[in-house]
Amino acid sequence: MKAIQVDNLSKLYRIGNTSDLESSETNRFVKLLQRPLNNFRKYRSLYTFTEQELAGESNSKDILWALRDVSFDVDPGEVVGLVGANGAGKSTLLKIISRITPPTRGRVTINGRVSCLIEVGTGFHAELTGLENIYLSSAVLGMRKQEVDRKLDEIIAFSGIEKFINTPVKRFSSGMSVRLAFAVMAHLEPEVLIVDEVLAVGDAEFQRKCLNKMSSVGRAGRTVLFVSHNMAAVTRLCDRALLIRNGQLVMDSTSAEVVHNHVAADSDNPSYREWEDLETAPGDDVVRLRGVRIVNANGGQMSSANASRPVGIQMTYDVLEGGHILHPYFTVVTDAGVNLFSTADSDEAAGQVVRKPGRYISTAWVPGDLLAEGSHYVRVVMRSVTKQYRPFTERDVVAFTVVDDAYGSVSSSWWEGRPTGLIMPKLDWSTEYVPSEMIIEG
Amino acid sequence: MASQSNYHPQIKIEPVAKWGFPDFKELFHYRDLLFFLIWRNIKVAYAQSVGGLAWAIVQPAMQVFIFSLVFGGLLDLDTDGIPYPLFSTVAVIPWIYMSGAMASGSSSLLTNVSILGKVYIPRLIFVLYQVLGSLVGFFISLILLFAVLLFYRVGLTMNLLMLPVVFVLMVMVPLGVSLWLASLTIRFRDVRIMMGHLMRALIYIVPVMYPSSQVPADVRPLYILNPFVGVIEGYKSCLLGQPFYWDSLMTSAIISVVLLVTGALYFRRMERVIVDVI
Repeated sequence: MKAIQVDNLSKLYRIGNTSDLESSETNRFVKLLQRPLNNFRKYRSLYTFTEQELAGESNSKDILWALRDVSFDVDPGEVVGLVGANGAGKSTLLKIISRITPPTRGRVTINGRVSCLIEVGTGFHAELTGLENIYLSSAVLGMRKQEVDRKLDEIIAFSGIEKFINTPVKRFSSGMSVRLAFAVMAHLEPEVLIVDEVLAVGDAEFQRKCLNKMSSVGRAGRTVLFVSHNMAAVTRLCDRALLIRNGQLVMDSTSAEVVHNHVAADSDNPSYREWEDLETAPGDDVVRLRGVRIVNANGGQMSSANASRPVGIQMTYDVLEGGHILHPYFTVVTDAGVNLFSTADSDEAAGQVVRKPGRYISTAWVPGDLLAEGSHYVRVVMRSVTKQYRPFTERDVVAFTVVDDAYGSVSSSWWEGRPTGLIMPKLDWSTEYVPSEMIIEG
Repeated sequence: MASQSNYHPQIKIEPVAKWGFPDFKELFHYRDLLFFLIWRNIKVAYAQSVGGLAWAIVQPAMQVFIFSLVFGGLLDLDTDGIPYPLFSTVAVIPWIYMSGAMASGSSSLLTNVSILGKVYIPRLIFVLYQVLGSLVGFFISLILLFAVLLFYRVGLTMNLLMLPVVFVLMVMVPLGVSLWLASLTIRFRDVRIMMGHLMRALIYIVPVMYPSSQVPADVRPLYILNPFVGVIEGYKSCLLGQPFYWDSLMTSAIISVVLLVTGALYFRRMERVIVDVI
């Protein structure tokens, strides 16, 4: 028996996008009189659709297929990530599965109790005390009172706000409410858990706690459907992921593969740039930048890199005026804006070459098992040693994402925690055993 | 891991197509929530107020006092030989319950939008907790009723045996109306605007300020179509020993059952699409 079975699920929304402007005053006046009638028709048909619209033959701008023929199923105990750009239909899918909104077509079958965490603190009321809110919020999320009674001490201890448990929540700091709300969520025991972007709120400590709790929920044999924009969380928590694009399920595979695919399609951070017109390319009469790209070991262009594999940063430039000693270099910046490192060709001979005019391609290889997961931005700089100036400095020219496949060499040791630090090097360790008789005390 | 509840439903989520009645088994599973929501409402309504629940007595008392002053004193209205304050108290207390329950029940979905879009709960819970929760105020205001009955030394009669029936009717009428209006309000906000006017007008077509004997006999068949009339007349018969107005009581019972059944059907159909049309 499947935990969740989704068959040809479609959802059509009426988005209320019908503004017809009338040109003549008379027509406008007639429209004004007709407005109550039109409003009535409009509000009446908010959730009903014509045959034509349902068949997908309508070109009306008034409707939107938020989901189209999505099918998949989830086995009990599976932790499945849901990945996709904003507006791809992930939340709509979650809302249908959690029964907040009905599908337009298709069906979902769920075996077991469902809890959905779409927001932290659903059902909280500011006038009630912390304790009262524990009961209320648990009930809203589908728990029985006797279950809460049994877990109450555990919930309070987990929240870490024992002292304020009888204080109205309106006098809580926002951090305290979030902790209390999460403590309630963490103690739900549904058979199927649906989690939306809950992890997006709160500080790093809170997010770490959420991730740990999620992974322990998965190990406890419960089914989890998890939506996140945090690709590192998806690869770490989920074995399998679904990629949704424009309301359609485009990929159903291992989470690492899906994340790579999703990141590659993310056009916000181009992984390569080219300047076709020499005149407008960055640089001057001495040298001009023609292209920058991220490559893999085979020289193929890529936008997401496996954490354990080397990443090549490559720039192509045309030297227009000979006789200069040129030093190209890159700076890699994290998405938090921290300069991770700068690199130039350290070979002394290469640093002394007086360049002839022509095209050059320089590649810097970042070894595998070094960069941490996440987005990295590249700054490209050319320095002229001869004249002591920089013909070009291009910030955030290209970007690439490092994805740690959960099976990779690096992450296996990281399972419990969030990797901390800007880099994730794989280091050689040695451990020696010292027999107690060898230890000379004093 | 063993689940902590013996409620393991198989949930089928399908497009809205079939008409049907609420899932009572599921509703039963959520009974704790119903209780918590009622309790939350009371707690929040009187939060940080010095008087607290005593306000549930003050409101009808004020109403009775004003009516007695205007209609009993100033206009010296004939109330079938019953002292006006007594007549008024018996009518005002169920009326305040019914009008309050109807108003809060009808807007219950709109006031809980934040929960509606975030988590699934049988939406009937929202209407139920408002209509049933208003009973707490009603029970407290009964203190006023007993005080007035004692003051006028009203004797008990066999008519009192009908009180449970009248009481159930008093809950059914606002529940039926709320089921309809709550789902209509979601689709057409006009309903909410209309509600205010409706409530102000409604008090003139129920025998609260005046006795129904003042209503011309040929208008009465129309007058008793208002299901609130039967309930208020029922309270007067039960508590004051007046003969039962069977015509209004029966009409009220039939209309409230029709409202409740059709309301439940319509609500069931609308509850699924609420989030899309809100």
